[in-house]
Amino acid sequence: MTQPMLELSGLRKSYGTHVAVENVDLSLDPEEFVTFLGPSGSGKTTTLMMVAGLQQPDGGTIRLQGAPIERQPPYRRDIGMVFQHYALFPHMNVRKNIAFPLEMRGLAKAEIDRQVADALDLVGLAEYGHRLPRELSGGQQQRVALARAMVYRPALLLMDEPLGALDKKLREQMQREIKRVHRERRISVLYVTHDQEEALTMSDRIAVFNRGRIEQIGTPSELYERPATRFVADFLGDTNFFSGTVLGSSGDHCHVEVLGRPVEAMAPRPVAAGTAVVVAVRPERMTLHPVAGDAGLTGRLIEVIYLGASRRSVVRLADGGDYFALHPASAAAPSQGAPVGLSWNRQHATVFPV
Amino acid sequence: MTGDGMDLWRRLRGTICILVALYLIAPLVIVVIISFSAASFLQFPPPGLSLRWYVNLFGDPAWTSSLIVSVQVLIPSATLATLLGTAAAYALVRGRIPGASMIGAALMLPIIVPGIITAAALFGVYRGLGLNGTLTGLIIGHVVITLPYVVATVSSGLRTMDPRLEDAASTLGARPGAAFRRVTLPLLLPAILSGLLFAAVASFDELIVSLFVSTARVRPVAVQMWSNVRGDVDPTIAAIASLCFAFAFVVLLAEGFLRRRTGIEGPR
Repeated sequence: MTQPMLELSGLRKSYGTHVAVENVDLSLDPEEFVTFLGPSGSGKTTTLMMVAGLQQPDGGTIRLQGAPIERQPPYRRDIGMVFQHYALFPHMNVRKNIAFPLEMRGLAKAEIDRQVADALDLVGLAEYGHRLPRELSGGQQQRVALARAMVYRPALLLMDEPLGALDKKLREQMQREIKRVHRERRISVLYVTHDQEEALTMSDRIAVFNRGRIEQIGTPSELYERPATRFVADFLGDTNFFSGTVLGSSGDHCHVEVLGRPVEAMAPRPVAAGTAVVVAVRPERMTLHPVAGDAGLTGRLIEVIYLGASRRSVVRLADGGDYFALHPASAAAPSQGAPVGLSWNRQHATVFPV
Repeated sequence: MTGDGMDLWRRLRGTICILVALYLIAPLVIVVIISFSAASFLQFPPPGLSLRWYVNLFGDPAWTSSLIVSVQVLIPSATLATLLGTAAAYALVRGRIPGASMIGAALMLPIIVPGIITAAALFGVYRGLGLNGTLTGLIIGHVVITLPYVVATVSSGLRTMDPRLEDAASTLGARPGAAFRRVTLPLLLPAILSGLLFAAVASFDELIVSLFVSTARVRPVAVQMWSNVRGDVDPTIAAIASLCFAFAFVVLLAEGFLRRRTGIEGPR
């Protein structure tokens, strides 16, 4: 059994009466890429800052390669950190910035020069060593920050919304770049973002934060296909939520009455008959029937939005709410204004208590 | 229509600026002209030009010794105020000190309360300590008076500096001392030097505290000027005033130059 790179247990932090982080547990394997995803103020950055040593936890432990570090100052922790706005030293050129952590570790000049050149190569900035940070573009500054945080080969790399300040195209390019560096250097990464797409494409596992707690940890597909809470289903991707009442359950699934119609859905936790619930279904898992049938819900197709590769149909149900179905643009579709039926396979629907 | 309006406004604004500048500078210009006067009393316009009042200034031991005293007070007090003020500003802005804003306000008091209150208080304290009429007494008094300039400039320098830079240094393995020396200090240097220059000018110009704690033997320039104006006025006073003006002007130019040259950008 391999030892985890990082273990957080019962980590807590509050500011006055506001609880920022509450009982966070997490285990990160060597070479694993784990993302903290959540809305702003959900505790993800505070948790990262506590791992870095820039915030003091009120309780709980942080172990790095088995050793407790929560009482260590940042400069004694073997951790690299990339900040949101890069935090490059403006009075030092690129080479000096990257040499800084090596100088702090008292390495010999020749060794420093060799490792700095190596790090500049890794991020493709070999020609830019003499430039000042302000003479570089945002993407280049980001690479320097990455090189500086990795040059001393820390056990763990922390990244706090590192791509937040870049435009979309550059962001996607930098995502690939970070993944490449992660593979080549075989380093463990804790990554913070509020961008779900970024989390889905980059991570081995994602921890979804909400109100200071981790709602769910899992691989991107686990989170997307089998969200454990309503919050996760809502935060990650688009989801239709149908309000209803449980009629009864059998095994891992249950029957729910929605708008007077019986539907089926998976129940991650047992639910008693009579409980008020919501049924969550992804738009791409919805089936749209041209005619209102016996199964599923009935409504009216009020709008069809063409999205290029796909088409989004907006269906208004009897409760007045609008629900979405997503299909390939090539699929046949009922005409706008027509009465339609909505249904789904029970594997693709999940109930959550309200 | 709006273009014409803008144009008119721009011209009006320009005119107002020039008038204000003239209003502020005119007395100085007149003093400088009188300092080169050939007449034996303050007269404008001067009947002729000469350097006799500058010769008189540097030939009169009362003036030269007061200049020496001023420099003897200015150098240690500005240096001390800079060291203490920088340390105080760092603690107030970066430290987590309870009541930091109260302490900060207390440090700023000497330039807010009327000078005579500070001066009288110092005089009273010095009487018990035997510091009145000593160089040490003047230096300590000038530190009290000039400290707020340093605290204000260094605090604002620290506030515009991204605190994440010090955090970054720390995560990269820099102990607090190394982080301060390698990151904070170089970035803060322009603000510290401006504080030093302001403190130097303030010390050179300080009258009220000096008036209370100095004696005829230890008398800085500002006090010498004061007693000169109250006695028989001749254009020597204009000569020394012109030199004070030149000193302040050069210092402010140096400060502006410093700021431009080290124009370090904040985050983003």
